[in-house]
Amino acid sequence: MTGVQDKAALSRGIDLDSLTQKAASTRLEDQRIALEVEQLQLYYGQKQALKDISLKLPHKKVTAFIGPSGCGKSTLLRCFNRMNDLIDGCRIDGQIRLHGKNIFDKDVDIALLRRRVGMVFQKPNPFPKSIYENVAYGLRLAGINKKRVLDETVEWALKGAALWDEVKDRLEDSALGLSGGQQQRLVIARAIAIQPEVILLDEPCSALDPISTLKVEELINELKTQYTILIVTHNMQQAARVSDYTAFMYMGDLVEFGNTERIFTKPAQKQTEDYITGRYG
Amino acid sequence: MDTNTAAEELVSRDTTSVRAYVQSGQPWIWLTAAAISVAFIITVALLSLTAARGLPHFWPADLVQASYEQPGEDAVPVLAEIRSSEEVTSARLKSAGLPVDEQRDLYERLLIKVGNRDLLGADFRYVLGDWLVGRSTPEAAVVLERVEWGNFHGYLEAVKQDGEVRARGADAWDAYRPLQERANDLRAQLHDIERGRISNINYDLEQLRLEERRLQLQGHTRESHPAEYAALDAQRQAGDAEYQVLRQELDTLNRELERDALVMRTATGEEVEIPLSKVIQGYRPNAMNVFQKTGFFLGKIWEFVSEDPREANTEGGIFPAIFGTVLMVMIMSAVVTPFGILAALYLREYAKQGPLTQAIRIAVNNLAGVPSIVFGMFGLGFFVYFVGAGIDKAFYPEAAPAPVFGTPGILWASLTLALLTLPVVIVATEEGLARIPRAIREASLALGATKAETLWRVVLPMASPAMMTGLILAIARAAGEVAPLMLVGVVKLAPTLPLDGNVPFIHFERKFMHLGFHIYDVGFQSPNVEAARPLVYATAFLLVLVIIVLNLSAIRIRNRLRERYKALEH
Repeated sequence: MTGVQDKAALSRGIDLDSLTQKAASTRLEDQRIALEVEQLQLYYGQKQALKDISLKLPHKKVTAFIGPSGCGKSTLLRCFNRMNDLIDGCRIDGQIRLHGKNIFDKDVDIALLRRRVGMVFQKPNPFPKSIYENVAYGLRLAGINKKRVLDETVEWALKGAALWDEVKDRLEDSALGLSGGQQQRLVIARAIAIQPEVILLDEPCSALDPISTLKVEELINELKTQYTILIVTHNMQQAARVSDYTAFMYMGDLVEFGNTERIFTKPAQKQTEDYITGRYG
Repeated sequence: MDTNTAAEELVSRDTTSVRAYVQSGQPWIWLTAAAISVAFIITVALLSLTAARGLPHFWPADLVQASYEQPGEDAVPVLAEIRSSEEVTSARLKSAGLPVDEQRDLYERLLIKVGNRDLLGADFRYVLGDWLVGRSTPEAAVVLERVEWGNFHGYLEAVKQDGEVRARGADAWDAYRPLQERANDLRAQLHDIERGRISNINYDLEQLRLEERRLQLQGHTRESHPAEYAALDAQRQAGDAEYQVLRQELDTLNRELERDALVMRTATGEEVEIPLSKVIQGYRPNAMNVFQKTGFFLGKIWEFVSEDPREANTEGGIFPAIFGTVLMVMIMSAVVTPFGILAALYLREYAKQGPLTQAIRIAVNNLAGVPSIVFGMFGLGFFVYFVGAGIDKAFYPEAAPAPVFGTPGILWASLTLALLTLPVVIVATEEGLARIPRAIREASLALGATKAETLWRVVLPMASPAMMTGLILAIARAAGEVAPLMLVGVVKLAPTLPLDGNVPFIHFERKFMHLGFHIYDVGFQSPNVEAARPLVYATAFLLVLVIIVLNLSAIRIRNRLRERYKALEH
């Protein structure tokens, strides 16, 4: 095996040079921390799905979680807004701290937590309501009912999700009439309308066509100036394109976490290298 | 060569065998199509049969003047409508004691309506077509619809006013028409006074009586609280005075109504004087053309659906029964829908799924299989005797010993049917809730909604079409149910509607009439079987129509909801 082949195989079409440039300013140790995960264990009944996960997620950066199916990356993501509480027989040990407060503490109001940690799901899931009401949903829950405030916030959120120009003339139409890509951006608008600090994206592009995917990725790039973004993806090019940091997970373990550039060019672990070079997964 | 075989392999070889036919799926299409066709044909047949048997009753049939000559007996002139005819074997007629010729196999037997029940004893007769001779349809033959004794068939001889003959012979008919309108007008005024104003006064006086009784029960005597009693007495005197005025008005109107009379001649030549106050309308069917008859027919149908019944429900309309049915179904819907939805919500959304919830679910489903009369027994024992009597004791002590709620009434009937239809609503709602995608619930929760907010804002609206489906099934079941109602509030003839102008407008404690029970009553309990038979069909036809209308409105609402919340398809 020649060195050239080796490097080509390793990069799998990823532009390593640009990654290297980006990496200069993104040393993990220097970043402000948004979320801290400490010794997190998660069990579904008897089965342990997450094993002793500890990591610090930087503020206003994009962190990607990659790994083969069933490695626990979505499960981990759903811990950050306690979505796993809905699952019967799910038990969690350890801590996740947001501003130093453990979100699993008994006195934490889940509704308030979820307002600060928004989530976008794999399949676009707009409500069967108008476009306007979809975006206003979270605001109304928060008790905001003034027409003027709602109007302004809905417009701001739709603009933030790069959807405003496409839907501004039909805000009262059903959201179900939008295309898949538009629906996904609507769902993102719905999530940012309540101005969370963290946005969780659970494979947000897996149900979208390439052009819609591109739009959503551009959006992620813009959103990271204001939000801390955690994204789960199957698509390694996507992880390389949109994220600043990457965590590789395997069988419930966090194998490696670091600069995206470093993970993709100089993975420290054999498993990581095997995965991103496509030997399994 | 190679391409040829490859092409041949594409052509199916076996197209004639039974196996190939079965494989093609054609038999399935036929079988399924046959099933739906049978269902459809039965539905149409049911509607057509009830309509065909019931509606001709309202058509003004020709009056046939003839002579009935049974061998060995005197000839009897008759003036009758021919209602139906059938072929009967001579042996059967012979055994019935008729002098028929046994050589002939079949005779035509006619059912004729001769009317004049007061003179002839019965207004329907079976006669043999062969012996009804000299048939003609004279234009002058008149049918009079009377307030009692059914129709009168005969000829108009003269019109009398205050005992004096005003018109005779050919002029009599023209003189009669305006007098009938006048009489109907007077009767309408009388009805207004009796059923409207006087009954209002009676209602008020009854309320005053109850008020006085309440005061007595509170220990207020005339001596200790003279002011209260004085107020009651004043109101009562005002009511009595008003009643006296109305009474006089009634007497005047009654005298006016008694003024005119008709002199009629029957087919047998007997002369009878009939006061116009007893006649509702008169018509000459033989002189009417087909348009007039159609107009008359539609008028009779309108009368049937809009008026009160007369003569033990064999004449007049069935409006109170339609009204009672619709009102009862509405009260039932208003009770069963929220109750069923709440129960389904708990069962599906809050209860921990396990053997206990499963057992409850099975129990609820089994409730739908309990015979309805059992619900009737429960309604009587629980609602009427227990809850109703309790309410009377607590809130209506002044009415004792007469019960208010402690007797069957429309509220208890509606509640009993609500219980009966509860399983349907629960099951349908549960299915609707189970079909809401998890993703939609998670979307709401992820935006900071609590479970209750998610249910209220997203899940319930999306499940609303399923709830409407439950309600539609419940209505269909409830509107057709008779057995339990007989125990908890339905009556043969209700003096008042459960909804009227007296506060509090809707009277939940009143008894009511119901189409289903009306069919039962007219069909089984009627003193005049032949007169009642077409009414049974007509009422059944109307009951089906009412159920269809109720269901269609519910279906319309459901379709609208479906349109709005059609997220389930993707």
